[in-house]
Amino acid sequence: MPYTYLEHLADVGIMSTGATLEEVFESGAEAMLNVMFDLDTIEYKSETPITCEAENIEMLFIEVLNEILSRQDIEGIAIKGLKRGKVEERDGIYHFRGAAGGEPFNEEKHSVKTEVKAATYAGLEYRVEKGQHILRCILDV
Amino acid sequence: MSIEIRKITPYLWEVTKKGDMLVPGRVYGDEETIQGLLKDAEERKGGGFTPAIQQVVNVASLPGIEKASIAMADIHPGYGFTIGGVGAFDLEEGVISVAGVGFDINCGVRVLKTPLKKKDIEGKKDELANQLFRSVPSGVGSTGDIRLSVNEINEVLRRGAEFVVEKGYGFPEDLEYTEENGKVSDADPENVSLKAKERQFKQVGTLGSGNHYLEVQWIEEIYDTEAAEAYGIHEGQVLVAIHCGSRALGHQIGTDYLKTLEAASRKYGIPIRERELVCAPIKSPEGRKYFTAVNCGVNCAFANRQAISHLTRKALGSVFGIPIEEIRLLYDVGHNTCKIESHNVEGTMKRLLIHRKGATRAFGPGREEVPEAYRPIGQPLLVGGTMGTASYILSGTEQGMEECFGSAVHGAGRALSRQAAKRRWRGERIIQELREKGIIIKSRSKPGVAEEAPGAYKDVDRVVEIMHRSGVNKKIARMKPLVCVKG
Repeated sequence: MPYTYLEHLADVGIMSTGATLEEVFESGAEAMLNVMFDLDTIEYKSETPITCEAENIEMLFIEVLNEILSRQDIEGIAIKGLKRGKVEERDGIYHFRGAAGGEPFNEEKHSVKTEVKAATYAGLEYRVEKGQHILRCILDV
Repeated sequence: MSIEIRKITPYLWEVTKKGDMLVPGRVYGDEETIQGLLKDAEERKGGGFTPAIQQVVNVASLPGIEKASIAMADIHPGYGFTIGGVGAFDLEEGVISVAGVGFDINCGVRVLKTPLKKKDIEGKKDELANQLFRSVPSGVGSTGDIRLSVNEINEVLRRGAEFVVEKGYGFPEDLEYTEENGKVSDADPENVSLKAKERQFKQVGTLGSGNHYLEVQWIEEIYDTEAAEAYGIHEGQVLVAIHCGSRALGHQIGTDYLKTLEAASRKYGIPIRERELVCAPIKSPEGRKYFTAVNCGVNCAFANRQAISHLTRKALGSVFGIPIEEIRLLYDVGHNTCKIESHNVEGTMKRLLIHRKGATRAFGPGREEVPEAYRPIGQPLLVGGTMGTASYILSGTEQGMEECFGSAVHGAGRALSRQAAKRRWRGERIIQELREKGIIIKSRSKPGVAEEAPGAYKDVDRVVEIMHRSGVNKKIARMKPLVCVKG
């Protein structure tokens, strides 16, 4: 998945790229989940729907990342990634619909790294360069 | 706008008020701290994330700020506010900001005093480490044995540590030795989303991850015997420090209100200097709702540390056969807060909203908020170091009340990013090296240990020395780690 981590003293900056909005959201989600888990230890067994809306693309990205964090806590699951994401604009509001897949969290099975408290507006940026969508933000860890 | 800094004393510097700044900036630090801040700002000129010194300037430009935008010696870049940042605001003209509190609302440190001496635990460190690791849930995804209903969560949000003590997890005396007696008023659970509450159901009494820890320490040196006597501590004594916050509930309150305050900034025409530095007038409906939600987060963190204290006492009791009531609370302080407090402003006492982001409250002698037994000395401050280095107990001072609204450093402050730390160290190696020094580390996450390696932080001794020499905080005791449970 095309994402990189950016140097930030206290926390973790992520930058994801994708040929489509769906791809950049999916790679961004993986960038965040990879901070929390060794993703190879999680199986994609069941799905939970993720639906979010916001007034622009970058705020929608933060909404989706934070929704993934809250679904993990509420449902007690370890999420491997996002699939079948759809980004649409209707009447000036951006909507995301997709599924986050994983399995019930099991501390024996899942190799954990560092908890992400929240995806933040700090360093938040969306741009399109040479046909590639690019999203960037800082995760509070 | 270029940033100008001048030396007031060798340990206090002023950022000259200019441009949109309503007050000057004030930074506690030595020559090296300031040169580091200016170098960092220069390097980031071409883009990237906002440097810490610019964040001091940005906060100095917010409406209603009083006296100065202040940063403690552990200053490093945060979101909107710098870490180590203190901002005081007039209740009529001023603003409240998510960035001034952070996502981990009322993250803080509590220290328990044990009747044990270092020599008592030398042969039992592994057993103690294993027992604490089993008893106190930690790490990503951890859940506790304490499960709460929605009604009980609302009680936690309204009544904080008091509710947890009533449930049997602790002693009434614990509340006397917790900042705000473990419960802030003006907390309205109606202003906290169901999602925030749902995220917390299984997390009360869990440590979390990242830089959170539970550490068994011993007092290596006492600097002030009179203060140490008042605090009930002595050389060689074993203490337990608990560092954690309001867990997912606080994170969700931050996430929810960032959106509310973003809209409020536009509605009330407050310029947004950094996207995270959104705010609302304190007396606006949005600001008011956020304040009552933050207070719920504050209470949740007090409750969480209280529940963890109970689990810690039981673990120590079972390993050493000591009565748990002999493990007493020294103090509990938050370092991600906003509180309404009275301070002397140009000769008159004035009520202000004080944001402390990665900064500890540090009230001096005589303040009625300080427990009676400690009042002649001032409030104890609990400053966490890193796994391999030292932690400190300091006290607040009168000079601190006058200069920086009674505030203090909260820790060493990072020197290397988490990415850089992971490139440089391996978790297994750090654990082995510390074991050779007699320090036992328990953690579910090896990369997490590498991120928190002692070398990834600034020298806590230097940071504390700056604050001590500046006169706003006073050194009382220095502790060294024996056992550390990392999140």
